[in-house]
Amino acid sequence: MKVQSKAYKFWRVVLYVVLIGLSVLMLIPFAWMLSASLKLDKDVFIFPIQWIPENPRWQNYIDIWTKIPLSKFVLNTTKLTIIVTLLQLLTSSFAAYAFAKLNFKYKNLLFMAYISTIAMPWQVYMVPQFIMMRGMGMNDTHMAIICLQAFSAFGVFMMRQFYQGIPDELCEAARIDGMSEYKIYSKIMLPLSKPALSTLTIFTFVATWNDFLGPMIYLKTEAKKTLQIGLRMFISQYSSEYGLIMAASVLSLIPVLIVFLSLQKYFVEGIAATGVKG
Amino acid sequence: MAVQNNVDPNMVKEKLARLEPQLAALQEELKNTSDKKKRDKLISKIEYTQGKIKQAKTGERLSRQAKRDLVAYSFIAPNFIGFCVFTLVPIIFAFVLAFAEWDGNNPMKFVALNNFIEAFKNDRFIASLKNTIIYCIATVPLTLICSLGLAIILNQKVKGRNFYRTVSFFPYVASLVAVAAVWNMLFSPQKSGPVNMILYNLGVAAKSLPKWSADKDWVMFTVVLFSVWKNMGYYMVIYLAGLQGINAELYEACSLDGANTWQKFLYITWPQLQPTTFFVTIMLTINCFKVYDIVYMLAGGSNGVLNKSAIVLVYHIYEEAFRNWNLGYASAVAMVLFLMVLAVTLIQFRGEKKYAN
Repeated sequence: MKVQSKAYKFWRVVLYVVLIGLSVLMLIPFAWMLSASLKLDKDVFIFPIQWIPENPRWQNYIDIWTKIPLSKFVLNTTKLTIIVTLLQLLTSSFAAYAFAKLNFKYKNLLFMAYISTIAMPWQVYMVPQFIMMRGMGMNDTHMAIICLQAFSAFGVFMMRQFYQGIPDELCEAARIDGMSEYKIYSKIMLPLSKPALSTLTIFTFVATWNDFLGPMIYLKTEAKKTLQIGLRMFISQYSSEYGLIMAASVLSLIPVLIVFLSLQKYFVEGIAATGVKG
Repeated sequence: MAVQNNVDPNMVKEKLARLEPQLAALQEELKNTSDKKKRDKLISKIEYTQGKIKQAKTGERLSRQAKRDLVAYSFIAPNFIGFCVFTLVPIIFAFVLAFAEWDGNNPMKFVALNNFIEAFKNDRFIASLKNTIIYCIATVPLTLICSLGLAIILNQKVKGRNFYRTVSFFPYVASLVAVAAVWNMLFSPQKSGPVNMILYNLGVAAKSLPKWSADKDWVMFTVVLFSVWKNMGYYMVIYLAGLQGINAELYEACSLDGANTWQKFLYITWPQLQPTTFFVTIMLTINCFKVYDIVYMLAGGSNGVLNKSAIVLVYHIYEEAFRNWNLGYASAVAMVLFLMVLAVTLIQFRGEKKYAN
């Protein structure tokens, strides 16, 4: 027994060492980012690395707002993300309710249209999509990004999966009580689907906030750019202003981290659910 | 409720005379069929006919079913219209465009398979295809191993487990532009880059220090390394769900037989996780085919142009479409990408059938 417990203790120690090593590996780039954002450009590459700068240069965080129109970028991205997320939540839960709980003509056909595009990468049709949007006069507008992101097959699919788990009897009972379908949706289904809505919120939020290729293709005017392409533009223009680049990077991460930390549970559950079921 | 409209009684009679025998015939057929699928079909047909009869009798303009359909369509419409206009139509358009020559302004010209032939003659296309596949072959197994290892460790009862899970997920949610900027600095090709500095202090000669993304032989390696680091947290979550689905009794039985940790992994964990591994492999492969932004940010330099050592398929589509305005050609390349994804998806369907049983 004693030998076994010694071996057990040994493995526990190894386990913790590996764990801590891994977390360091995961966090080091972020730590470096934070530390570099508080340094002068010439101090960034000093070796050995000085993790906590002696004279933290908070000025970087002030300068960045005047060096590039950062507030404009943040405003644009926030606006787009909120509109896209709201539209996505509203329209996909609406459509998903019909697919899960109502019987109607061509239901399977319509649903097949959604399913068949799930496997289609956006990159395959981004060119004709751009041509069409340009034809509608939406080139270089935020409207294009909204239309691009807000109506995904994924959202409908995910919400439908969830609604199917809610017993049909609930809707039947409400129908017998004389509730209209719209009322059943808003008074019964919507409140019940908070977990699924949260999952969809965080997925859409992170995807829209971090999207790069879409805004890069559509948004040309500087005043319309999102945080990601604005940041990228800044990096390629001032590639040696390390401190400022890192300060802007830290700022761009904050909103996503806040949303992620507060909705983390749903994120993890969402991946597990959509992942395992396929 | 049912509004009695002024209906011509003769018309009603005529309609009923047509519908009622239909209904009777269907009901008779139902009695004689035993196949479940056929029965379901017949039952829905009967319901439909009954609805029609009712409609004829009451003289309502819309049957109950038609009203229900309308309500259902009103639910679907907001999403479906957007989906049709911005996804479905462009997809169909993409198939047409692949066989045409077009710069977006002048009239389109149909060129049959020319775009594809041109693509396979194009050095940059061949290089992009090659790089995409290399990237895929390197990234998929590495990410798989790392995420499985991470999941197994984080499935143990350890203190602060949730903290570690959150941390390993950080890179995945963090925005690419920001973390790529850090990586570019950490893996700076100069000797002063932090990673190179560490290597130098470990005894690597200054001359043989890798130039990372600035070196054509190292650039793909750097990209793969970054991609594994960024994405492993996501696949770890899927593996964690798979691990939690394994019956604990299996491990207990195995312990009673005196199996050690490695044997437990080999005979229980790995075979039980096979469906998960299959799914993760498929998803990873498809995501690797679609890679673009990672390469663009790590290897694109300040002007965002990828040379032959790092060009990938999606970048090739992008440059041909939005820099050279060869829309037809770009769509043909997109079709190649689509066929690759389709092939993997078909494998997935077959696998799903296998694992569902």
